[in-house]
Amino acid sequence: MSKTTEVTDEALIAAVRQPSIGSSARAYTERVRRGDMGALPAVLGLLVLCTAFAVARPSFVTAINFANLFTQGAAITVIAMGLVFVLLLGEIDLSAGFTSGVCAAVLAVLLTNMGMPWYVGVLAAIVTGTVIGSVLGGLVAKIGIPSFVVTLAAFLAFQGLVLVLVNEGTNISINDPVIKAVAQRNLPPALGWALYAACVAAYALVQLVRARKRASRGLVSDPISLIAARVAALAVLAGAAVYLLNLERSLNPAFASLSGVPVVVPIIVALLVLWTFVLRRTAFGRHLYAVGGNAEAARRAGIAVDRIKVSAFMICSSMAAVGGIIAASRASSVDPNTGGSSVLLYAVGAAVIGGTSLFGGKGRVLDAVLGGAVIAVIDNGMALMQYGASVKYLVTGFVLLLAAGVDALARKRAAAAGLR
Amino acid sequence: MTPLLEVRGIDKSFGPVQVLHDVTLHAHAGEVTALVGDNGAGKSTLVKCIGGIHPIDAGEIVFDGKPVQVHGPRDAGELGIEIVYQDLALCDNLDIVQNMFLGRERRSGLVLDEATMEELAQQTLSGLSVRTVKSIRQQVSSLSGGQRQTVAIAKAVLWNSKVVILDEPTAALGVAQTAQVLELVRRLADTGLAVVLISHNMNDVFAVSDRIAALYLGRMAAQVRTADVTHAQVVELITAGRSGDLGLKNGVTP
Ligand SMILES: Nc1ncnc2c1ncn2[C@@H]1O[C@H](COP(=O)(O)OP(=O)(O)OP(=O)(O)O)[C@@H](O)[C@H]1O
Ligand SMILES: [Mg+2]
Repeated sequence: MSKTTEVTDEALIAAVRQPSIGSSARAYTERVRRGDMGALPAVLGLLVLCTAFAVARPSFVTAINFANLFTQGAAITVIAMGLVFVLLLGEIDLSAGFTSGVCAAVLAVLLTNMGMPWYVGVLAAIVTGTVIGSVLGGLVAKIGIPSFVVTLAAFLAFQGLVLVLVNEGTNISINDPVIKAVAQRNLPPALGWALYAACVAAYALVQLVRARKRASRGLVSDPISLIAARVAALAVLAGAAVYLLNLERSLNPAFASLSGVPVVVPIIVALLVLWTFVLRRTAFGRHLYAVGGNAEAARRAGIAVDRIKVSAFMICSSMAAVGGIIAASRASSVDPNTGGSSVLLYAVGAAVIGGTSLFGGKGRVLDAVLGGAVIAVIDNGMALMQYGASVKYLVTGFVLLLAAGVDALARKRAAAAGLR
Repeated sequence: MTPLLEVRGIDKSFGPVQVLHDVTLHAHAGEVTALVGDNGAGKSTLVKCIGGIHPIDAGEIVFDGKPVQVHGPRDAGELGIEIVYQDLALCDNLDIVQNMFLGRERRSGLVLDEATMEELAQQTLSGLSVRTVKSIRQQVSSLSGGQRQTVAIAKAVLWNSKVVILDEPTAALGVAQTAQVLELVRRLADTGLAVVLISHNMNDVFAVSDRIAALYLGRMAAQVRTADVTHAQVVELITAGRSGDLGLKNGVTP
């Protein structure tokens, strides 16, 4: 090993031994230098994009546009969260977009054509997603067809399935107030603040309890200063967001007031917490990472690799169903194009831009949220600039390629540093 | 004394190629059994059959005097058989603790019990007098070859195992680390485990083993006490399948 590598080793180890804010920051910069950039590209990209659009179009920084970002990006973000599970295994689900379309169509048919209550529709849509996922996962894991091919076939087939469900091209409108509320209504401002306080307090509590427990057993734990910094960062960022979303954004407030945190936001936060818990704190999550890192090692450790694979596809398609419900809610209708066009690429792009590797073994659910924000900002900003669909597609394609390039280069860098 | 682990009459084919022919091997508690043989003799394959990675075509595995069925890595683990594979079988994207407990994580309820796993991993590593690994929360991808080997061995001894099989554990190691691993192998046997050590290095084999089993082209040429044979005889068993009275007659039957 070269001398420089040893120095970096020392830096990493020092951080683990006597952790402090300074040493944690040093360890972080070391990780970045070694090619493990995590969320950095997404955060930087977000800053650059927001600045650029804010300068070019002052309307980008209005309260109403800020709220729009959340409702516009929600469906993509949720689909991307599911895709993270499949990407973690080094697989891909190209059909996630149209899976969301099929599930949204199931919802629309049940609600509008058959007059079912909203919860039946939602349950049926999600179950449809789960079943789709188990079939896709089964074909990949048990029969051994590459996921690229299975899901490409499904991509085509589901396009047809959506057409069948909406009777060859009619547009089914959705009038159920509960479903429409998901992407169109806002929380009362006071409830927004209450949820905010609960989230920040819960986060602080979880961090403190964990550190306390570890310290009491003599294990290395995060220093209180680092925890305080993290909690403060969350409190400030989320607080600013809630404040902005609680501003009046109706053009005519006397006629109809419009303010509050969009209902999709707590839904996304809940999904983020749920899936992060599953990935980081359960044996199932650990096994997912293991299969993505080295499937043969996982098999020799007695992990049922096939079952893990099928579960990942089931989670992915179920989350696609949730994304489809959000998309249907936002559009108040389902048509043959729901979940089509750029939805899939945006979702894959969101996961990859956020830092999830296409090679498997590396990724977090949070990546989908960060990447989803980048995609939403691009989509929204480009529309404000009045560029046509052509430029939007070109730019998004370029950003996806850029993110995949960063991922591949990070891997190469890690290999050069002797990490793989 | 009955052997702790015995395999009898194992046949194993990959498609049309028969790799193991009627192989018999025994390993005794408190002893190091060296398994030797040329490249491609079938050593790793035999080990994978014992570990439940490959299903066997014929033969039986007897553990502590009782015939047992090993259908997967979990079965082997439950019997107390741990294997350090030649191709290490660690997950690069997980840290040392996560690798050591992979597939057998400690939980409290639904949640992983990280603190307990970390403590146990720490204890095992210090029990092996491992000082080279500095933080057990390091990703395995950042470890050197020798450190990975240490983690793989620690993983195997973590489980109060009764039989530990090591497939060429020193092949990638430097002089000092090889000595360390060999010392470790001896210590494991001295604490009452049955250890099977696969190695191509005759000096290592004679340094630590009590018995030597020589595989020749997928057949067990001979299993002898180390004290009863010379270097030259073992080399002959490996390269020709026989040496004087020892070994296969006509290259087939012992
Ligand atoms: N999965 C497999 N499929 C087909 N053939 C295999 C497989 N695994 C091993 N073999 C064949 O079995 C034979 C024995 O291989 P094995 O790996 O057991 O040898 P070995 O004694 O461990 O050699 P080395 O000392 O080089 O590690 C070889 O000819 C090999 O090509
Ligand atoms: Mg081998």
